[in-house]
Amino acid sequence: MDDAIHLTYEISPDDFTRAGEASSDVKKKLKQMGVSPEAVRKVAIAMYEGEINMVIHAKGGKIYVDITPEKILMILDDVGPGIPDVDLAMKAGYSTAPDEIRSLGFGAGMGLPNMKKYTDDMAIDTRLGVGTKITMVVNI
Amino acid sequence: MTVQDLADSGLFSILNEGDDMDREITKPFCCDLLSIAMGKAPAGCAWVTVMGNMNTLAVASLADAACIIMAEDVPLDAVASGKAKMQGITVFRTELPIFEAALAVYRKLGGFDADRPHADRDKTDGSPAENSL
Repeated sequence: MDDAIHLTYEISPDDFTRAGEASSDVKKKLKQMGVSPEAVRKVAIAMYEGEINMVIHAKGGKIYVDITPEKILMILDDVGPGIPDVDLAMKAGYSTAPDEIRSLGFGAGMGLPNMKKYTDDMAIDTRLGVGTKITMVVNI
Repeated sequence: MTVQDLADSGLFSILNEGDDMDREITKPFCCDLLSIAMGKAPAGCAWVTVMGNMNTLAVASLADAACIIMAEDVPLDAVASGKAKMQGITVFRTELPIFEAALAVYRKLGGFDADRPHADRDKTDGSPAENSL
């Protein structure tokens, strides 16, 4: 019997008024389930960074979250332009965000590094012109 | 010191009273770049910033800050105010610059032994004043 909780979120492109809603919802649910504050914080930060990336760089997408007693699995799936150089994108400080995003306080090139820092496992599967799928795991 | 204690101190005016006024403040944190704040803001911090948009509220909530302090008398925009209410985040406002606002919180938390004169500190440190820097 599958005792995991499955959640799915639709992320709208270019909508900063709603960016973070999916992460906030997951955070709230994890807190209600009694997951440790440290794990909740890791999931919230990593997922929010991913969500913001989908709003800025991709044309939105979907986030799937699986919660089991052992871990939280997040899959961020977009149909954006893909990442041409993943190693470069993972470098702290490297960013391709446009100026209007920077004026909102983002675009410092910390998104992917933060996602890596706050998760126990992260994998990036990206294809140019097709999209990007990022899988992240936070152990409970 | 809790968020309520900071509110009661009268140091800052209150833009929004949040859900968790009993939350302990761990330390002040200063940053205006949300990307950096997201990764570096310590849990339970009093986050001092001049960036008053809705994303500030999202970052504060997700990074688990205890409260936000808007420095330089910067207001929250209307959307951000709505988000603060909706998410139950305490937001203060002050005319002080960022550094001075954070310093005030630091002192309230007992930093610098809450304003003992330098001479006293040097005595208890047991180290000569010229080496204390």
